Amino acid sequence: MTATAPAVGTPAPGPTALPKTARRMPGGGLGRYLVVRFLLIIPTIFILVTLVFFLMRATGDPITAALGGRLSGAQLQERIHAAGYDRPILVQYVEYLGQIATGNFGTSISDNRPISTILVTYGVATLELAFYALIVAFIVGIPLGMLAAYFRDRGQDAVLRVFAILCYATPVFFAGILLKLVFSVWLNVLPVAGRASTSSELEMQFLPNKTGIYLIDAFQTGEPAVIGDVLAHAVLPAIALGLLTAGIFLRLVRTNVIGTLSTDYVDAARSRGVSEYRLVRRHAYKPALIPIITVIGLQIALLLGGAVLTESTFEWKGLGFQLAQYLAARDFVAVQGIVALLAVIVAVTNFIVDIIAALIDPRVRY
Amino acid sequence: MSAPTAPVARAARAPRRTLLSRLPVVHQLGQSVGLQRGMLVAGLIITGVFVICALFAQLIAPYGFAQLRDENGQFGAQLEPSAQHIWGTTVGGYDVFSRVIWGAQTALEVMIVAIILSIFLGVFLGLVSGYFGGWLDRILVVLADAIYAFPSLLLAIVMSIVISGGQSNLYGGILAAAISITVVYIPQYFRVIRSETVRIKGEAFVESAKVIGASNARIMVRHVLRNSTRTLPLIFTLNASEAVLTLAGLGFLGFGIEPTAAAEWGFDLNKSLSDVTSGIWWTAVFPGLAIVLSVLGVTLVGESLNDLADPRLRGRRAVTAAGGAVAATSVVPGGTLEAGPAGITGLEGTSS
Repeated sequence: MTATAPAVGTPAPGPTALPKTARRMPGGGLGRYLVVRFLLIIPTIFILVTLVFFLMRATGDPITAALGGRLSGAQLQERIHAAGYDRPILVQYVEYLGQIATGNFGTSISDNRPISTILVTYGVATLELAFYALIVAFIVGIPLGMLAAYFRDRGQDAVLRVFAILCYATPVFFAGILLKLVFSVWLNVLPVAGRASTSSELEMQFLPNKTGIYLIDAFQTGEPAVIGDVLAHAVLPAIALGLLTAGIFLRLVRTNVIGTLSTDYVDAARSRGVSEYRLVRRHAYKPALIPIITVIGLQIALLLGGAVLTESTFEWKGLGFQLAQYLAARDFVAVQGIVALLAVIVAVTNFIVDIIAALIDPRVRY
Repeated sequence: MSAPTAPVARAARAPRRTLLSRLPVVHQLGQSVGLQRGMLVAGLIITGVFVICALFAQLIAPYGFAQLRDENGQFGAQLEPSAQHIWGTTVGGYDVFSRVIWGAQTALEVMIVAIILSIFLGVFLGLVSGYFGGWLDRILVVLADAIYAFPSLLLAIVMSIVISGGQSNLYGGILAAAISITVVYIPQYFRVIRSETVRIKGEAFVESAKVIGASNARIMVRHVLRNSTRTLPLIFTLNASEAVLTLAGLGFLGFGIEPTAAAEWGFDLNKSLSDVTSGIWWTAVFPGLAIVLSVLGVTLVGESLNDLADPRLRGRRAVTAAGGAVAATSVVPGGTLEAGPAGITGLEGTSS
């Protein structure tokens, strides 16, 4: 059985892992896994783009939807014909796929801007928000989850678990409204909305290497006031969105740490006199991390969905905010482009997360 | 067919327990101890209040959800909470308290329609896909995975555009919201049922049914489906709460139900966004709390049921407090398979 050696390039598995690896195909190394996993992105994106395309077209052509009330029938027909929406749907579909493959997502109907520009400009803002939110989620969720596992079934655990459920039960926009009410209106310590105040935005406007990521831009200006301003604007949206994910992390960490805390090696470590803090922190937490990393991939989708709501609440001018605007304007070409991009982001992050999981845990590869 | 009838079928095969303890939630309530029982009871109470508000909205709410005036004339907009309007009025001049109560009804309706639809479709697809396998199975799995990975709110938005063009009346709106939510949750039911079906398909009793000459449909319904519904109650409590959140999210983005057609919490929160900046708190806080509490209640029930079903998560105190429970947990590794037609209830039956 163990005669078939694992492929070159795989880190040498321990003796216990050998039979498992041996049962698989000889070529099942990390490299092959990466290639297969990468190729799997394509159908995922393809399916989502196709789904969104046909669903959106099922409602009729985008021009009637956007401009229906405002133009006369003849003018509408003219515009529809010019844009090619009167051709057979399959022809349009193939053309659309070709356009997407070359990075051309079309032009928005309501304000006549190339979708790809919109995606780049506002996508950065959304990623910045998602990044802040993830930081909040990690800082809040992981330590609290370890605490809850350690105090399992005691009062502290119950409080933390109810907190986790509350995080999940509170819609991000309501959390945002509450935070605004308390910190911006009643205490008046943090700004109500936006990504930065107008004066800071003006300062960042003419930077030579403008990135669109406000924090980096603020550091480029080198002025502490601008940096402080940008950070102050980020606090509330980050908390509102981060808490949603924090609750999920908390629950995950708790369940997994409880699982590892009852393993033999933790008992063995405890009998050797390892401190309780070190037990939770080192022995139980590290192995519990692997399932958490895989779940983060799914959280990205949730985070992006939540970003749409958070951005609308805080007027954070990102993709979600724009999406809401275009939805209100019934500009379905723009909506379709944004949704397609989000699908790509989700598929790619899932891919990255799977790779990280495979790097950490050799058993994942196949 | 699946979920509503399944408990009845289970009950018929567990003869020793009384009728009361055979009901799914009541049984778990008896099984729970300490904190776990506290969480379950709290969840049940909150959910109960929510359901009562929803069912008797007409009696509880002092005004209609779209009522702008009474015999004393117009209500007025953004009034502070007072004796006449205990939670104040909204920017549109509606009574906040009444709209919150009526909102419960909308939420419950959407929840029920969404769950029924997704259970039917998800279970059916999962069963067919898992049982027959082949290319249909592969296509469905890839599809379900793609949908599952996608942000559910965005999918719901796309669906609601397709179904209602984004704006609609009461039934159209409820149906649109429910179908949008359904599409999001079908993959979850599909995955669970499919994996269970694949597992059960290899069992000896399915083989023997085939040998006897039972038709595929009969095997699927009588042998496979009955045994694969074990985890369904857990998923649907969790999905019920997600349905409320998705509905509120849709409403917040302006894709819900029009204010004159029904009260919807998410829509009210959207309208209150500008009030908050000027310090008007009551238009936002009450509908928001209604969402939080209804989701919290259903989630607490779902979480507790989930923990009680999983012996590893069932409280340690439950083991020490309930005498025979130690024996029950030790049986479990082999027990999940034996759970058979009685499902979780059958599995846990040994402990009580």
